[in-house]
Amino acid sequence: MSTLIRITRVAGRPIPLRGNDIDTDQVIPARFMKAVTFDGLGQYAFYDVRFDAQGHAKGHVMDEPRYQAKGPRVAVVNKNFGCGSSREHAPQALLRWGIKAIVGESFADIFFGNCVALGIPCVGASESDVAALMAAVEEDPAHELSIDIEALGATYCGRTYPITLPAGARMQLLEGSWDATRILLQAEEQVRATASRLPYVRRFAR
Amino acid sequence: MGKSLLDKVWDAHTVRELPSGQTQLFIGLHLVHEVTSPQAFQMMREQGLKLAFPERTFATVDHIIPTDTRQRPYSDAQAEGMMSAIERNCRELGIRFFDVSTGRQGIVHVLGPELGLTQPGITVACGDSHTSTHGALGAVAFGIGTSQVRDVLASQCLAIARPKVRRIAVDGALGAGVYAKDVILHIIRRLGVKGGVGYAYEYGGAVLERMTMEERMTVCNMSIEGGARLGYVNPDATTFDYLRGREFAPAAEDFDAAAAWWRSMASDADASYHDVVRLDGAQIAPTVTWGINPGQAIGVDEAVPPPEAFPADERAVAEDAYAYMDLKPRTPIRGTRIDVAFIGSCTNGRLSDLREAAGVARLGHVAPHVKALVVPGSQAVARAAEAEGLHEVFKKAGFEWRLPGCSMCLAMNPDKLVGRQICASSSNRNFKGRQGSPSGRTLLMSPAMVAAAALEGAVVDVRDMLHEHPSDDHGDKR
Repeated sequence: MSTLIRITRVAGRPIPLRGNDIDTDQVIPARFMKAVTFDGLGQYAFYDVRFDAQGHAKGHVMDEPRYQAKGPRVAVVNKNFGCGSSREHAPQALLRWGIKAIVGESFADIFFGNCVALGIPCVGASESDVAALMAAVEEDPAHELSIDIEALGATYCGRTYPITLPAGARMQLLEGSWDATRILLQAEEQVRATASRLPYVRRFAR
Repeated sequence: MGKSLLDKVWDAHTVRELPSGQTQLFIGLHLVHEVTSPQAFQMMREQGLKLAFPERTFATVDHIIPTDTRQRPYSDAQAEGMMSAIERNCRELGIRFFDVSTGRQGIVHVLGPELGLTQPGITVACGDSHTSTHGALGAVAFGIGTSQVRDVLASQCLAIARPKVRRIAVDGALGAGVYAKDVILHIIRRLGVKGGVGYAYEYGGAVLERMTMEERMTVCNMSIEGGARLGYVNPDATTFDYLRGREFAPAAEDFDAAAAWWRSMASDADASYHDVVRLDGAQIAPTVTWGINPGQAIGVDEAVPPPEAFPADERAVAEDAYAYMDLKPRTPIRGTRIDVAFIGSCTNGRLSDLREAAGVARLGHVAPHVKALVVPGSQAVARAAEAEGLHEVFKKAGFEWRLPGCSMCLAMNPDKLVGRQICASSSNRNFKGRQGSPSGRTLLMSPAMVAAAALEGAVVDVRDMLHEHPSDDHGDKR
């Protein structure tokens, strides 16, 4: 069983991924899911947006020289990021590319939950703050973007933007309970009791 | 104030409230397929976890399976590897696996209802976003990620927050040639692809009440395309009639008790909702997507909308869509030439879908430049369709009749678009590259509209085609 890892602050060089309704088919095309592990998915993140049919880079922001950096990365996105397919391969690919946190206007439900389960905070910010943050990053991307889960602020180049995170997800990250398996297994007796009360589990016996 | 079905099911399945404010929710049915499960099984091995409720876990293979031959090993070594993995995982953990040899293989969301595994008032989870389909029977059904697949395997529970509930009432009646697919495309067009984030959609109103179970499945299937993780219809006599006699449905002597409980789980007449949306069924036309998300949809008699038709923050996506689709604003969608026609998927791969498409296929022959595929949703659907001779109708009209699977909905098997091909598709997503070519294009529509487009070689209004052949009995009787 994994040990508790509390996530209170994530910092890294920023990567802006502009656009509303970016779906998980874009994040990781289905053909790269034909594998029994998540290993190696990082190189395929946004593959068809980044590379042409011959595998040549198309000049996507992730391949621009000024956005190349070592260490953890923090993505900045717009509305409804991660919509569509429930594939956990999407956050797994982003994580393996280096993205450890995402700040954006809004996130799709399943993607958000998948990210929490991997310890990737997806924090919300207002449309105007995301616009300002993206502009600041695009002007000079060579600084660290810091996401403070406790104080609920995103700081870049000395300016702090207020961020939001649903209370449950925030608590899971701060307490290190984002990997839910351990918690869920603590209530085995209650699970059996709940099941035994359900008429269909009892096969509708009276 | 009464309770909604969502609230009743949630309360009945609550194991406990977690400190995070989420609920530990018991899952009554866990469906597993080959693509999103291998890593979950691997995590279980690494963490020494055991399968909690083998009798509540069922598996099949759908995403990667070829539809032209079932010869093993598959020509695609990666697909063969995934198939071998799920076979081994199911064998080792004692999970019932509906593979091809059982005669029950199919798309996981076709199979659950048709076997009677999906029932009203239960919770369902599956590592696939279209799990919302099962809500058609009055189940609360979640699409989940692979880490959550592991959680459900190990604990039969999810840690999850209760969604808000929006009731969407479609009143009145649908016109002839207008189908369930048009209803859900219209709903997404009206409420947007992110309008449902944080919500469960409860579909109701006279149109939904009159729908068959298969039609309700089509509607619930695409809830996720509107941003809603869950969608459901309250169980009623249509639901009970559908379930009676199915393999895993309650036996005859228990059926009345089951139906009484199912009925009790339906939303109360005075249930409270976060909000209510009313739509008029008579206003819904055969609907076609023109863009790169399912909300970019118009009636078949409309033109591609201009940028100014969109709110400011949707214009960039619209501009992206014009360029990707190579469709100009104000161009009528009717007449858009297609290269491929795909009938199938968890949205529209059931017997009634194939009947509706065959009703149109009977009227002519696939245009010479069009490749047309019909892929039944399951082996049971294929058997039933063949018993009616639908496969002969399709083949005679120039369609290929394939073996069951997800096929060209997401093209994880050999069925793929090539280059910039445009596909009229009865599937659920028109995302860039969705159908297997990174530059391929998708026009979503009903199976009858796909069949009509296949014959014409271009997008047409199926109502015109049906109107020219009024003697054929495939008009809409609703």
